[in-house]
Amino acid sequence: MTERTIREPTIREPIALEPAGGPSLGRRAVLAGGVGILVMALPLRALARPSLEQAVAGFTGGAPVNAGRVRLTVPPLVENGNAVGVTVEVESPMSEAAFVRRIGLFNEKNPQADVAIFRLGPRNGRARISTRIRLATSQTVLAVAELSDGTYWSSEANVIVTLAACIEDLS
Amino acid sequence: MTRSLVSVPPTARRGEIVDIRAMIAHPMETGYRMGPNGAEIPRHIITRLVCTYGGAEVFSAEFFPAVSANPFVAFSLIAAESGTVAFEWTDDEGQTETASAEIVVS
Amino acid sequence: MRRPAARLLVLAPLALALLAGAAQAGDIAPHERRSGSTFMAPETQAMQADDTGNPGMLWVLQGAGLWEQKAGASGRSCADCHGSAASLRGVAARYPAFDAASGKPIDLSGRIRQCRSERQGATPWPRESDEQLALTTFVAHQSRGLPITPPAEPRLDPYRETGRQLFTSRMGQLDLSCANCHDDNWNQRLAGSAVTQAHPTGYPLYRLEWQGIGSLQRRLRNCMIGVRAEPFAAGSEEFIALELYLMQRAAGMSMETPGVRP
Repeated sequence: MTERTIREPTIREPIALEPAGGPSLGRRAVLAGGVGILVMALPLRALARPSLEQAVAGFTGGAPVNAGRVRLTVPPLVENGNAVGVTVEVESPMSEAAFVRRIGLFNEKNPQADVAIFRLGPRNGRARISTRIRLATSQTVLAVAELSDGTYWSSEANVIVTLAACIEDLS
Repeated sequence: MTRSLVSVPPTARRGEIVDIRAMIAHPMETGYRMGPNGAEIPRHIITRLVCTYGGAEVFSAEFFPAVSANPFVAFSLIAAESGTVAFEWTDDEGQTETASAEIVVS
Repeated sequence: MRRPAARLLVLAPLALALLAGAAQAGDIAPHERRSGSTFMAPETQAMQADDTGNPGMLWVLQGAGLWEQKAGASGRSCADCHGSAASLRGVAARYPAFDAASGKPIDLSGRIRQCRSERQGATPWPRESDEQLALTTFVAHQSRGLPITPPAEPRLDPYRETGRQLFTSRMGQLDLSCANCHDDNWNQRLAGSAVTQAHPTGYPLYRLEWQGIGSLQRRLRNCMIGVRAEPFAAGSEEFIALELYLMQRAAGMSMETPGVRP
């Protein structure tokens, strides 16, 4: 555009928001408005957190972790990171001879890597748990299962966390 | 006053795997937030949930600040005998809250 | 049609999102009305639909206890006068109502506070307190599944008209009215969030953003802050007029209390 004119203050733009799946102008606009500031308050503390690998090593005692046997179900895109539904199911007969002892949930980018640790046994009948977790930003979520034979198995998922368009307060 | 909701089927066939759900009102304050005055809001979370069935521990959970406010957990149990399914939540101040439900197994 | 970026910098953020050609304007056609819950992700819809997983039910449960609890100089509980909760079926779907004593409309939360001070002789709870929200949620929950039924009370009409005017008046630094988004652009998105039609079907409701339950007035306050306007006071005539208009606008839609929203 070569010509610029000073817009008269009384003229109002016609209103139209971006269509679903369209360019992310709206997101940038919202970030500029202060949501970004709230999110950015987190990483300073997060610098001190252990990595995902360190957190898992704390759970396994350094034992090797195999991929497989664990199914981690989490929505790929969530509307709000304050309550993200997570289900972990582990392939196991859940008998006295072979069962899942523990399931650990970990995250990559929250201020703290640990989310929750569940302790199970043969009386559960099925190695499946669900809970709701907080995700501060888009990141990887990891579930690790400890079996009664002492082996560890894991599964991971990437979650995109969208920012709320309307925040409660600017303070 | 009860601020927890537990869901245990009232009846089940022996050997059936039943779904159990438990939810409790709690802010799960992470300790990473600041109040309007810029002061840190101290951490206040539930750290542990224990579930017993007929007096024996059958499930437990250890929570960190990344568990959502008003923590919700679902898991399963084999309906072995009629009895009480009891829940006890403990927070980082040592406060406990309990809830329970009866299951009749036939 | 996009304008030069330099000019946009002086506009506040929400307005930045509002550049392309005009959408439809005016009221939403009756057959196009949709509750906010229909705009949600399937996971959030499932959270609302399941009473054993809907966190709002924790406040319903607390409210059920408060309903039976004796309070104040009267030594009476809500139940002592009103009986079982079943007597409340449909009540919340008719609020705000006309309060003959004051000659003004009153919302459900205001009525509960009035009952508590005048009938029970107790100190009313603050509007956004856990107790007040719990009792209001418990009462509104009794009307779940019933259609919103604004009373045909002519004395409410002037307030409904005030509410309509507030809904369509531009306000705040962003110079936006409620209608600019919720009548004219409800089928669009603002960043990752659906704009929705702003029907008050689920209140008080559990908002994931709040990590707790909140009132319609809290949500309206939230919106006013969003357009950088000075919010009306809690319990003010303006908020109640807006509530009256919103309930009229949503007449016939089903109550969902306790709703869950992102």
